[in-house]
Amino acid sequence: MAMQFYASPEQVQRDRSEYARKGIARGRSAVVLTYEGGVLLVAENITTLRKISEIYDKIAFAAVGRYNEFEALRRGGVRMADMVGLSYDRRDVTARALANTYTQTLGAIFSETQKPYEVEICVAQVGATPAADELYRITYDGSVMDEPGFMAMGGQAEAIGNVLRDRHDPTAELTVALSLASEALGSIGGENGQPRQLTDKQLEVAVLDRRRPGRAFRRLTGAALTTLLGHEAVSDADLGEVDAAPPAPAEGKPTESAASEDTEK
Amino acid sequence: MATGFDPSGRLPDFFTSTSTSSFTQFLSQAAPELLPGRRPLPPGLSADIAPHGTTIVAIATTDGVVMAGDRRATMGNLIASRDIRKVHPADAYSLIGIAGTAGIGIELIRLFQVELEHYEKIEGAMLSLDGKANRLAAMVRGNLGAAMQGLAVVPLFAGFDLAPAEGVRPGRIWSFDVAGGIYEETGYEAIGSGSLFAKSALKKRYRAGVSTEDAITLAVEALYDAADDDTATGGPDVIRKIYPVVMTATAAGTHRLSDEEITTVAERVVAGRHENPGG
Repeated sequence: MAMQFYASPEQVQRDRSEYARKGIARGRSAVVLTYEGGVLLVAENITTLRKISEIYDKIAFAAVGRYNEFEALRRGGVRMADMVGLSYDRRDVTARALANTYTQTLGAIFSETQKPYEVEICVAQVGATPAADELYRITYDGSVMDEPGFMAMGGQAEAIGNVLRDRHDPTAELTVALSLASEALGSIGGENGQPRQLTDKQLEVAVLDRRRPGRAFRRLTGAALTTLLGHEAVSDADLGEVDAAPPAPAEGKPTESAASEDTEK
Repeated sequence: MATGFDPSGRLPDFFTSTSTSSFTQFLSQAAPELLPGRRPLPPGLSADIAPHGTTIVAIATTDGVVMAGDRRATMGNLIASRDIRKVHPADAYSLIGIAGTAGIGIELIRLFQVELEHYEKIEGAMLSLDGKANRLAAMVRGNLGAAMQGLAVVPLFAGFDLAPAEGVRPGRIWSFDVAGGIYEETGYEAIGSGSLFAKSALKKRYRAGVSTEDAITLAVEALYDAADDDTATGGPDVIRKIYPVVMTATAAGTHRLSDEEITTVAERVVAGRHENPGG
């Protein structure tokens, strides 16, 4: 019979923590911070797979770590928010309730399963003023922290967080907040400790616009993002799109039938 | 918190599953009691237990669609509501109106709105207009059991197609039947008890290529004609200033005519009928 080695619960927890932390540190980082007009979410991301997305009217989600794991959490959050909003009212969907669910879920996964999730997530809710914004950081073991207006996640979150701590200003304009976020993300990972200059191709940027009624989430891409990174302001109307790409153009197929176009010939 | 959570507080597996992007499919696992058509009904016909919504018209224009609905809900010979709203935006570019059992219809609209927004958020992309219409047909089909017991509801769906096929007008309209049948209409369509009269009015006055502004007047005229001959359809209420709900969907998105805008149109129509009651 194989020998069962004893491992103390402390040792098991430590091993799992270390495993999760190593996994998270391999990926690129993300920052979330409040500014005068809302909440800004910026992730370093060169792929088209998203780290930042909309959950509900005033709530957004940002994550670092393993894509398949935080994507599952994101879907869960959207589903929960939509179900609560349908059963009660849109105003009854809150970031705190979502953060509670995420912390329970991640906590249960951390303590019950062999492999913890290698993710760190942020649930952000925009309020009427910067002081009313809520940022929740939920880590791989289910611990949750209410962050004071700014937060960094990922590999060298501490170094990035230090840059933000020194210079974060909740009354700053979007251009200022964005250049701070991009400098903070670029402050690590350069050769010989040199800062890197991040371009629009390396950044995934979205805002929760404080002044917009209804769905506040706007993804900043293309021309608007380039302009903002060049320290020029962009009018509210041009500030990105709701996160829904238009459908692919229709071809000549009759739409009542589910058959492919070539079967009509 | 809503239903379906286990005691550890952890999200159940079907919350995080990637098998579907549809909210109704998800609800059928997580909270089937939230879906219309899933509730057991006592046997027998129950058509007269709840208010009924009546006439909705939709007109395709050069730059989109116009949808208008009267404000009346009836229960038998009684007026259940004078100011019910039966035309709503389904999402940023499409509109939905309902006729039939008002309670189920309003629930259907709410669920359909969440369904479309949910897909956008999960997929990061908008459904095609055909996709939205097909999804709505499936939801109507789910209500067939209740429909057979008298709680029928039929929607009218119209929208601006962001990516139409070549040669197809971007303003498109679909009607449905209680069995979930889906029919794309050309030009105009009406549903509800007054639809016969509204469609007869539109048949004589609608011309392809009508402008949105003219179509708004046409829609209010058609509802006036429906109210003229159908007791379940409400006409313009000049005493209380209750006028039809009129919405448009164009490249700029959906828009509900403000009280001032619709008052101007409705008062012009009423003034015209003083001259010539037949319109």
